[in-house]
Amino acid sequence: MTSACDIIGISKSFGPNRVLRNISLHLPAGQVTVLMGANGAGKSTLVKVLSGVHKPDAGTLRLNGAPYAPDGPRDAIAQGVVTVHQSIADGVVTGLDVASNLLLDRLADPGHGVFVRRAALRREAQEVARLMGLDLDVTAPMADLGLADRQMIAIARAMAKSPRVLILDEPTSSLSATEAERLFALIDRLRETGVAILYISHRVSDIRRIADRIVSMRDGQVSGTFDTAPLDYEGAVTAMLGHAMTDVSLSDATRGAPVLELRGLQLQPGATGIDLTAHKGEIVAITGLLGSGKTKLAGILFGLFKSAGGEVRLDGASYCPGGPGDAIAKGVHLCPKDRADNAVVPSFDLTGNMTLPFLRRFSRLSFLRGREQRRATAGMIETLGVVCQSEGDDIGSLSGGNQQKVMVARWLLEPCRVLVLDEPFQGVDIKARRDIGAHIRATAAERATLVFVSELDEALEIADRIVVLHEYEMAGVHDSRTADLSAIIAQVSGGTTGAHP
Amino acid sequence: MTRIAIKYGFLALLAGLLIYFSVFADGFFGPRSAVFIFQSVAITGILALGVTCTLVVDGFDLSIGSVATSALMLSSYSMVVLEQPAIVAVALCLAMGAFVGLVNGLLIVKFKVPDLLATLGMMFLLIGVQRIPTEGRSISTGMTLPDGSTAEGTFSAAFLWLGRHRFDFVLPNLIPMPVVVFVVVGLLIWIFLSFTRHGRMMYAIGSNARAAGLAGANVERYKVAAYMISGVLASIGGILLAGRLGRGDIASGNNLLLDAVAAALIGFAVLGAAKPNAFGTAVGALFVGILLQGLTMMNAPYYTQDFVKGAVLVVALVFTFALSNRMKTKG
Repeated sequence: MTSACDIIGISKSFGPNRVLRNISLHLPAGQVTVLMGANGAGKSTLVKVLSGVHKPDAGTLRLNGAPYAPDGPRDAIAQGVVTVHQSIADGVVTGLDVASNLLLDRLADPGHGVFVRRAALRREAQEVARLMGLDLDVTAPMADLGLADRQMIAIARAMAKSPRVLILDEPTSSLSATEAERLFALIDRLRETGVAILYISHRVSDIRRIADRIVSMRDGQVSGTFDTAPLDYEGAVTAMLGHAMTDVSLSDATRGAPVLELRGLQLQPGATGIDLTAHKGEIVAITGLLGSGKTKLAGILFGLFKSAGGEVRLDGASYCPGGPGDAIAKGVHLCPKDRADNAVVPSFDLTGNMTLPFLRRFSRLSFLRGREQRRATAGMIETLGVVCQSEGDDIGSLSGGNQQKVMVARWLLEPCRVLVLDEPFQGVDIKARRDIGAHIRATAAERATLVFVSELDEALEIADRIVVLHEYEMAGVHDSRTADLSAIIAQVSGGTTGAHP
Repeated sequence: MTRIAIKYGFLALLAGLLIYFSVFADGFFGPRSAVFIFQSVAITGILALGVTCTLVVDGFDLSIGSVATSALMLSSYSMVVLEQPAIVAVALCLAMGAFVGLVNGLLIVKFKVPDLLATLGMMFLLIGVQRIPTEGRSISTGMTLPDGSTAEGTFSAAFLWLGRHRFDFVLPNLIPMPVVVFVVVGLLIWIFLSFTRHGRMMYAIGSNARAAGLAGANVERYKVAAYMISGVLASIGGILLAGRLGRGDIASGNNLLLDAVAAALIGFAVLGAAKPNAFGTAVGALFVGILLQGLTMMNAPYYTQDFVKGAVLVVALVFTFALSNRMKTKG
């Protein structure tokens, strides 16, 4: 099988953060290569290097044997590397009809003349649709179409450029199973035409259906390549999640009284309810793939979503917060994931960011007491080892790991009953991860702590117990000291071996 | 160097202008002239402080000018036609301002109408509403009402006092009431935005609303409050304008909106804040006032005024955004 695209020794850093470390892989023509990796593994950076958005720091790319150094996204497309991005909104113009969308790039081409000839446009669009096996009325407005059809059209448009390499970034993330099946049929046809397809996904069901080869990525490196039939799916998931035990010894937590109890809590209608008790002094990690319901559960605990059924009890009393403010008042703190979107206030300094939820404590009659704010912040900077000039630094001047320390520290300023941390190690280096983890453990005695992580070794590193979620249901509970890794991985990936303990 | 230029450049420019006009424009330097400048910007400045509060929460209020003129018409109507005392007129106007702010806020947070469109719609609505009771005529004592009778009420002395009274300060009868109100409102808004928990939360919402919400702030309530502050301040501006004019003039206050917005935006450049702030807004309003007063005294024709204001605004925005961005990319 000839290789359509070779990636040889690509590295890419953003500041001190080495996102891609000497990645080498090749994409054979007429095959679907699935790229798996947890959040922050470097998948999207690799896609951006291939599609000309980022220039690699080191390494070379080759396309059909010839050197390939795209000079931007347009150049990448011109050379035959076409990317369909994850968010469908980027791919289609909802205000136009199907025909215009299919031929949008033609319309944007300056050499195409000023006036749109509708009949000719429609004919051409029908031809493109037919080639792709799309059975659509090309005169229909885009806004009337479902997500799957829009996704198909985004892909069909990409195919109109007759690419040699097609990159699909989580194309099924917003599709239902039947819609996804239509997409797979389309991919099957493309594969037969000899296009090399790089398919990025976490969904094991997708991968089983479509993959010819699987490449797992982890921490910016290729951690496994699987290309002999039958494909070793569990091996690929293991390579992606990693099971390298880290040398952090868990001090035995003294498990106190139950603090947070979930009783038959349903994450979505029809799902089996979750029963779980988190005790004082205990750290429970909740793990699972993207879309397993982690975010939903964290949101329910913080009053962002309503549960579909069941009950949550806090210190024996029914707990149903009306919103984050209410949750905080009742002693439940949530450190959200994706700090840039959900946590960092870019125009505030370090002190302002750290003390944001507890300004009431730092004010009298609403007047802020700056000295107390700064003193509390300085104390937290000291305990967590935040690298900065002073507590008055701009938050943007800190590195990602240090920003994350500030975001976690924000919620440790005040004691609480339940601390929920959603992906607290997202995009931080190993040092920051250790610092944050150590501090969470050190302060865990007076509360129940829930940590939502998608990386298994992070869960093993921090937690006393590990709860696995799969498709909005609980797939298993494990004691992290005696955990059977393969059983956890099977449950994470939705395998059938998971026996409920 | 750039840092100093950004921080003090605008104030240096202001000082330079003051010196220049003091030397070259006869009669520019002196308490009477200073008070005149303050008086010319007082009402605009009060409105600008209101719009600053909405800018802080990353919103915008285009309805302030029409809220002010509505307050002008409403107070005139309640005194001249309904023959109510000053206190009722003032209360009605403040309630109207708060209500308009509430509606703006609810349109934006509950119905998800973009802020510019919601307040633009409100602006048109108010411009129309204020003309209906008098069939488009200005309100003054002795006017003929739609039903054929004559309006008998008058502007009460207490109400006119709000717009016209001058306090003794160094010289007798020096400081007009609107200037006092401007200074007091400016101080209050400055203290509120800079030194209180609630003000800090409003800035957090403007910078990252989702983060502020996840830190426990009731984002929607804060946003509505910002529009209500804006509405109330605009109605105060309208009351002062009515007290100064002594009649419900339908054509007054045309420039209020644009002047107020310009002052708030010029305020971004003061002390290199690069964000809405009360002190900057007040200085921005004064800057425009000083420039126009100085140019007028140097016999610049009146029709150049809008051009000058526009030029100042553009320069101030370049100061704020281009320079501070360049500094950021340099690290």
